[in-house]
Amino acid sequence: MAAIVVAERAPSERAERVRAGALQAAQLLGVLAVLWAAWEAFKWIGETTGFRLGTFEVNDRTLPHLHDVVGTLFEPSRRNGPLLIDILVDAALFTAKEAALGFALGALFGFAIAVALAHSGLLQRGFMPYIVASQTVPILAIAPMVVVWVNPKMPEGLKDWGAVAVIAAYLTFFPVAINTLRGLSSADPRALELMRSYASSTWSVLWKVRVPASLPYLFAALKVSATASVVGAIIGELPASVQDGLGGAILNFNQYYASAPTRLWATNLVAAALGITFFLLVVAAERAVVRRAPENVA
Amino acid sequence: MSEAPVVALSGVTKQFGKGGVTALQDVNLEIGRGEFISLIGPSGCGKSTLLRIVGDLIQPTTGDVVVNGKSAHQARIDRDYGIVFQDSVLFEWRTVAKNIGLPLELAGWSRERRRERVHEMLDLVELSGFDDHHPWQLSGGMQQRVSIARALSFDPALLLMDEPFGALDEMTRERLNLELLRIWDASGSTVIFVTHSISEAVFLSTRVVVMSPRPGRITGIVDVDLPQPRTGRTREEPRFAELIREVRRTLRAGGGFEAEEAGDEEEALIAAEEGL
Repeated sequence: MAAIVVAERAPSERAERVRAGALQAAQLLGVLAVLWAAWEAFKWIGETTGFRLGTFEVNDRTLPHLHDVVGTLFEPSRRNGPLLIDILVDAALFTAKEAALGFALGALFGFAIAVALAHSGLLQRGFMPYIVASQTVPILAIAPMVVVWVNPKMPEGLKDWGAVAVIAAYLTFFPVAINTLRGLSSADPRALELMRSYASSTWSVLWKVRVPASLPYLFAALKVSATASVVGAIIGELPASVQDGLGGAILNFNQYYASAPTRLWATNLVAAALGITFFLLVVAAERAVVRRAPENVA
Repeated sequence: MSEAPVVALSGVTKQFGKGGVTALQDVNLEIGRGEFISLIGPSGCGKSTLLRIVGDLIQPTTGDVVVNGKSAHQARIDRDYGIVFQDSVLFEWRTVAKNIGLPLELAGWSRERRRERVHEMLDLVELSGFDDHHPWQLSGGMQQRVSIARALSFDPALLLMDEPFGALDEMTRERLNLELLRIWDASGSTVIFVTHSISEAVFLSTRVVVMSPRPGRITGIVDVDLPQPRTGRTREEPRFAELIREVRRTLRAGGGFEAEEAGDEEEALIAAEEGL
């Protein structure tokens, strides 16, 4: 009797998954091709008709060809220098280091805040306004202060870029705190009653019910935070005067935009790729960690 | 009942909110070891509330609850209760085996002992081989059997069941009724069983406690003298039909039937106040 009820694993499940994967890749490439075509079409129409959006005039300086942007990656950045892509990959790795540390710090801090607030209505009412307020202050206004406060206290290995990680953490913790708080309160009330009937400690309730119940919320937040931490790291590099990351590269190529616009565009491309990589890592972690009924998986 | 009762309720009253709904009024009841007690009555008669009070999930406004000679609170701390709700309330991130083993984990059993007991329980509810399945891979009836196995895993003195088969289809329900009686017989535990169904109450119980609403109170107790063990045939015996009529009469005498509709609102109100 039992065997009938259990969902049987079809032998073709593997083939099915391969097909689904291929379809997904095809969709991705298709969308990419459409976006590329739209970019080039807009550029072509703009250049041939000479139309303007306000003062925005379409030409190779304001809107270079995408293939030029990609092409410039594989040219030397200066005479006899390394290829631009090598420089940008190094910069991206440096920024990734800052963003990853900031992401980890921010996620831990946000999680800890959520756990504390979930257990005390008083704390929640008292602190929530300030947590929200923390995010209404522009990061650019905070970043120089963080650099001044944090940098002198950093150990040698973290000098300069440690402050950038703290700035990235500042952007990361908020979505994690808010969503985890929501997730911790999403546990089934009867599940909590069951735990009560097992005479379980608050600690056990937290780790065996509340935290597992919060995981889908936590990961939704981590996805937002993953990209935010990259943005935070890039912005943080500016006031921290860190030259080795993508922020430094952006500042640098910004100065030469008039003569070589494709380099800044290429830097943006690499920055976007870094953000997407962070996002995908979180998605992969979610797949590995969160076990849910298929209908409950977002 | 020469032995001390497992559960002794005296003068239990429950009011939700100040001057709010009186969910229970002056409930007195003694339950002996090994009994199977059904609480039956229309919505809003406070049967679920009574079950929760026995299980120390909510506190009575006044009155005494003694379980195994101690307070309900102490009984809960001593893990004397196994609880089964209408929904199985399984943890979907845990496998079947880990769901059943959860109370044992909390009680600090070793991994080895836990594994052994979980297998015993899986045998008991006839789900051997499903250890590593996740709840969503099981049918509703199977999920509820896992829930029962979890409730019995730590061998609690008292099994509290709140309409455990209410969400299941009739055929699954009848099969699980028989299975529950077998488990009850094998485990020797005492059961308090909340139900809406008169025939289910009569079929399962040693005594049926009939309740009526506004305010919730016990209006009669019907001794079920059907022979043990009950079988599929039990339902065909004339005595079974007589007992059903008797429960129905008691319900009607308490105003149970007329109150059915109004009762739903009241139950919703109580649920809202409990924050469920």
